[in-house]
Amino acid sequence: MINLNEVLETNKMIQQDLLDVRTITLGISLLDCIDSNLEKLNENIYNKITRLGKELIPTGEAISKDFGIPIVNKRVSVTPISLVGGSACRTPEDFVTIAKTLDRAAKAIGINFLGGYSALVNKAMTPADRMLIESIPEALSSTDFVCSSVNVGSTRTGIDMDAVRLMGEVIRKTAELTAANDSIGCAKLVVFCNAPDDNPFMAGAFHGVTEGDAVINVGVSGPGVVRSALSQVRGESFEVLCETIKKTAFKVTRVGQLVAQEAAARLGIPFGIVDLSLAPTPAVGDSVAQILEEIGLERTGAPGTTAALAILNDQVKKGGVMASSYVGGLSGAFIPVSEDQNMIDAVEAGALTIEKLEAMTCVCSVGLDMIAIPGDTPASSISGIIADEAAIGMVNNKTTAVRVIPVIGKGVGEKAVFGGLLGYAPIMKVNEFSCEAFIGREGRIPAPIHSFKN
Amino acid sequence: MDKIIITVVGQDTIGIIAKVCTYLSDNQINILDITQTIVGGYFNMMVIADMEKCGKEFGVVSDELKELGNEIGLRILAQKEEIFTKMHRL
Repeated sequence: MINLNEVLETNKMIQQDLLDVRTITLGISLLDCIDSNLEKLNENIYNKITRLGKELIPTGEAISKDFGIPIVNKRVSVTPISLVGGSACRTPEDFVTIAKTLDRAAKAIGINFLGGYSALVNKAMTPADRMLIESIPEALSSTDFVCSSVNVGSTRTGIDMDAVRLMGEVIRKTAELTAANDSIGCAKLVVFCNAPDDNPFMAGAFHGVTEGDAVINVGVSGPGVVRSALSQVRGESFEVLCETIKKTAFKVTRVGQLVAQEAAARLGIPFGIVDLSLAPTPAVGDSVAQILEEIGLERTGAPGTTAALAILNDQVKKGGVMASSYVGGLSGAFIPVSEDQNMIDAVEAGALTIEKLEAMTCVCSVGLDMIAIPGDTPASSISGIIADEAAIGMVNNKTTAVRVIPVIGKGVGEKAVFGGLLGYAPIMKVNEFSCEAFIGREGRIPAPIHSFKN
Repeated sequence: MDKIIITVVGQDTIGIIAKVCTYLSDNQINILDITQTIVGGYFNMMVIADMEKCGKEFGVVSDELKELGNEIGLRILAQKEEIFTKMHRL
């Protein structure tokens, strides 16, 4: 039988160390909503999302109460809209109507984000893909809860540099259209390489075409729990360090697995995966950077940061895989700057630069995330940053992503304030030398030699 | 069996166990095990109980126990057992 110490340990994780289930994400396929009539398509989309999603919030709240664990977000991801809207949309404005429908559906079922306003253009863009991408600035500035992502490359296909060039311009335009709110539109836009089909985390969630009609994916979190456990083993060997992270990740993931199974059973929708990511929030103590500092760095960004993050990411995966039958999504440590207080502190102290963050993305689970950059950064430089990240992902066979926010009207030393889970971010310096001629080339970067595995 | 774990934390005072047990008895919730300890002046109690015969929904019991806790100045939390067994047992 369960003993008092075990109960107290679990409840301490929840109450003091901010353990939570970060998201229950309901993936919905919209492929059966396709119609060549735009009005009919919008109606089908609205009806399907509200029909399948109407019980999501009450179910999440009931599970949260049963187990005494917060379930912070309940969200929906849908089939990439470029595929769904291809036959009905003739202009980017047509795609914007779908974004508005998605926003309306999200509000109707009470969720706080809906992902999947996306295009998968690993190799090249169809006319529909291009129109969707061109519509992103308008879509994100005229909706509240819609999130967008574009996959511009993969290890098997190489990198579509035409899409990379276009995304630099799209990010700038999105920033300009939401300039009044510190360019917050860009916080809802991710550019991926090797995007997973079953990621439950926003802003990059979408419901891949290889998925079923509907699926429940759950993202767990708990950086505070890992930090707290590590504070008990200061000065111990790497073996003890790794073992401690692994054990903690195991416990955290078990909770995610429990919640995922319960949600799937109660909603009558199949369980997909548990994403065992350490996702920080701006709350004090809910920080990935603080774990790195607990491992032994004075500040995140100091020499040794990449190695410490590599240990953390790997041990989280190793602890998590045994705890759940199906692990997927991104699974690892997230390093968003604006959503992590110690990351913000490290930038403000001059310890952490964008170049060091880039190195860290080689070993973490995602990429350059929630980084505010000067508002006058040229589109070609943003494309250059995207190309660098995509190259890291392509060559290393991992997911990488870019979510940068050029804060219009602000420069280095100033702050962008987004509020809520998105936090605030000090604006970081971007290398001012130009890559325009590189980005100006047309076509794609071929797949790397080690992609030929057949 | 429909096992729940009730934890009670707060300043030690006379009659805590009595009040919690009276509530459980009134609602046909069978106590399987009680453990209690005082840590740093704070009263910590855990009750493992079976609410199979209880006519109320878990959510209602959880709210009423929380309310009872507020009345006597303690934090009372009811949780289904699985969160602990999943986390601590293979």
